[in-house]
Amino acid sequence: MTLIKTNYNRRSFLKVSAAAGGGIILGFNWLVSCTPSEKQLAQMPEEWFNINAFLKIGDNGIVTIMSPNPEIGQNVKTSMPMIVAEELDVDWKNVVVEQAGLDTQKYTRQLAGGSQSIRQGWQSLRMAGATARRMLLEAAAKQWNVPVGELTTEGGVIKHKSGKQISYGEIASAAANIEVPQEVQLKDPKDFKIIGQPTKNVDGPKIIKGEPLFGLDHYEEGMLTAMIVHAPAFGLKPKSVDDSEARAMPGIKDVFIINSLPDGVEKQWSDVNAFPELVVVAGTSTWEVMKAKKALKIEWERVSPGESTSDYMTGLADLMDKAPAEPSRKDGTPEQAFKNATKVLERTYTAPFLAHNTMEPMNFFAWVTEDKAELVGPIQTPEYLRKTLVEVLSLPEDKISIMMTRMGGGFGRRLYGNFAVEAAVISKKLNAPVKLVYTREDDMTQGTYRPAYTVKYQAALDADNNLVGFKVRGAGINGSPVFNNRFPAGAVDNYLAENHSLGSNISTGAWRAPSSNFIAFAEQSFLDEIAETAGKDPIDFRLELFERAKANPVGTENDYDPERYAGVLKLVREKSGWGTDKPGVSRGVSAYYCHNSYVAQVVDLIMKDDTPVIQKIWCAIDCGIVVNPEGALNQVEGGIIDGVGHAMYSAMTFKGGEPDQSNFNNYKLLRMNEAPLEIETFFVQNGIDPTGLGEPSLPPVAAALANAIYSATGTRVSSQPFADHMNKEKVVS
Amino acid sequence: MAEYTLNINGKPHHVDVAPDTPLLWVLRDHLKLLGTKFGCGIGQCGACTIHFDGVATRSCLIPVSAAGNTSITTIEGLSENQDHPVQLAWLEHDVPQCGYCQSGQMMSAASLLKQTPRPTDEEIDAAMSGNICRCGTYVRIKAAIKTASSKS
Repeated sequence: MTLIKTNYNRRSFLKVSAAAGGGIILGFNWLVSCTPSEKQLAQMPEEWFNINAFLKIGDNGIVTIMSPNPEIGQNVKTSMPMIVAEELDVDWKNVVVEQAGLDTQKYTRQLAGGSQSIRQGWQSLRMAGATARRMLLEAAAKQWNVPVGELTTEGGVIKHKSGKQISYGEIASAAANIEVPQEVQLKDPKDFKIIGQPTKNVDGPKIIKGEPLFGLDHYEEGMLTAMIVHAPAFGLKPKSVDDSEARAMPGIKDVFIINSLPDGVEKQWSDVNAFPELVVVAGTSTWEVMKAKKALKIEWERVSPGESTSDYMTGLADLMDKAPAEPSRKDGTPEQAFKNATKVLERTYTAPFLAHNTMEPMNFFAWVTEDKAELVGPIQTPEYLRKTLVEVLSLPEDKISIMMTRMGGGFGRRLYGNFAVEAAVISKKLNAPVKLVYTREDDMTQGTYRPAYTVKYQAALDADNNLVGFKVRGAGINGSPVFNNRFPAGAVDNYLAENHSLGSNISTGAWRAPSSNFIAFAEQSFLDEIAETAGKDPIDFRLELFERAKANPVGTENDYDPERYAGVLKLVREKSGWGTDKPGVSRGVSAYYCHNSYVAQVVDLIMKDDTPVIQKIWCAIDCGIVVNPEGALNQVEGGIIDGVGHAMYSAMTFKGGEPDQSNFNNYKLLRMNEAPLEIETFFVQNGIDPTGLGEPSLPPVAAALANAIYSATGTRVSSQPFADHMNKEKVVS
Repeated sequence: MAEYTLNINGKPHHVDVAPDTPLLWVLRDHLKLLGTKFGCGIGQCGACTIHFDGVATRSCLIPVSAAGNTSITTIEGLSENQDHPVQLAWLEHDVPQCGYCQSGQMMSAASLLKQTPRPTDEEIDAAMSGNICRCGTYVRIKAAIKTASSKS
């Protein structure tokens, strides 16, 4: 067991109060004596007792656990409460999960991003459960006049060695008045009963019957629907609008222009928005407003140049021939190593802009009055949204409430809450409750894209085929994709990392596994090529480098643990039967570390009509303790399919700042007939504190796929989307 | 505006809306049957899939004036007690991630199984390729359809 200090002085955590009543509660006793039936479980308690910010216990033993973080499909609404329930020591079937609203007094980091919810929540969630359990134990000890040390718990029941027992529900009212302990003991992971058990999504039963769970499903009495028209191209803003026809249309209440981020507003990092000035149409129903939008005659004015794809691709390519003023990392003497090399390899990789394309388009509900604002909707960053709203609405923080709904996908798009700010500004202007709804076209052409990238790799081999020099030069729109201290930095004596950024008015932002989603493809494709040139098996070649990084690392800033990295490669080698010939099947391997988790993958494919058909993907992951294996597998599979789909098919391109793609008829996403036929995932069992899974399975798969395509066709695909570039590229010799 | 009586989930529903209003928005805005989702508005993503005389149909493309007496089923009416084989299989395989597209996925799957109770992989692909799942739950969806097929 681990003894840890609670956040004793943190007001947020410690607010202890009885939710209702107090004194002696004559609750039901059935949880002590028998397993409750489904019908009993349907009975909600008559009284609830708040034990701490994370949980309340009903008089019948039902426990409500708050899920603090936004749910975007990464399944934290199931896995985070599982961690609380584990330390509380209750039966999962007696747990009800509720989504918490934004409350920075009670919770920290209510954010969905960076695959950090579980990693950063791990200790506080365990503490929340363990503290509550301790308070229940102390209350029972007091009532029975016995030492706490003589008590044990099991499935929501406290037991004394004498045979006496009492359920959490019966002692909850007394526990609510117990002083919060300064230290609590956490379970030994080997005693976990809930963590590590495959557990179904808590919202599953609601999803399968179509219950309204999402932001777009939020309706309120008297609510208006608002839609926006943003400029058709980056670099434009509205100059004037002729709304005479639209205003006369049925159900239309108002048409006006807003600026959702006026000058002087202090911006948060989440306030990325290429189109703060918008034309707004508000009315009583969605279809009426959609029709009125089309009847608007808007004049636009240029505020910055309209860029085309050819412009920035040329700009990025030019940067590949230029050294920046300073390297970002330099080990040894790369110039000398390349001069003395026996073989030198070089390849340049590119990838286009990508849209997030959450299935639920951007939307938010807002009701802003003179003295307060109530917002409801899908947002990954509610805390940052509120900071912006304080500025834009001139209201104090405590007058702004934000309730997070389940999100129909995030992938990074809902880190940037411009749509919620817009909803608030529109509501204030209309003095009415408003739901802002984006069409798919509004959503896809609005920006905050994964930027376009280019990266050039060079490798130097000596006469014995040792990797003696390695250079990476990266460039991207509004930022470089290169991580200077990631593998193979640390494993090569002579190493150079260089970065360029090309500015653009096309707005960019985090997209699932930012930068990693591209650079893993480039790096792991290039390592495959180096291994081949060196005459080595691609897994053996990487393992050699990890041995080097472990035994005698170059530099001290390397951002990976070579042993864990090698571990996933060895696991996937074993499970996939790497090295055994599979007639007709071509294989590729890749491994990457990001967001604190290690992933290695093998892709098996066959070529059919020049198109790769993925037969199976083998995946090995080290993310420490797996909280919910069921949800974890689902995340891993989803990340892999996401990675395959975007590498194969997806792209945003532009002409004069205007996006060429606007809906799913011209922006291709992977569909079922293109999905891998099978995915098998293996987790490293090591008992290390858990890390995230929302992103890490995505980055490596594009390289495993490209390497398998090479194995099948002899062509190295170095540009995404692969489907557009296959058969067009020649092997660089 | 015009008045319509729609036969949805076995019951008549009266609405007074413009004739060109897509069924999707009649269901959502006017009848608050919110399980049918808006995804693209052009019949490309399948999030709005309903059954139109038992056949999987994109409700964003059907104007209310074309509905007539057609029997319309939405996810809310797929079963009375959430025990349609597809719904049970979706739970068994823990299919959803974000869950937004899943009403449409289930409606397409139920329509497929009604017409082809024992579909091949190719038939599943053909029937389901009009439904996008951005979270990438395709492998689970296919497995769940096979489970539902074996139990229906």
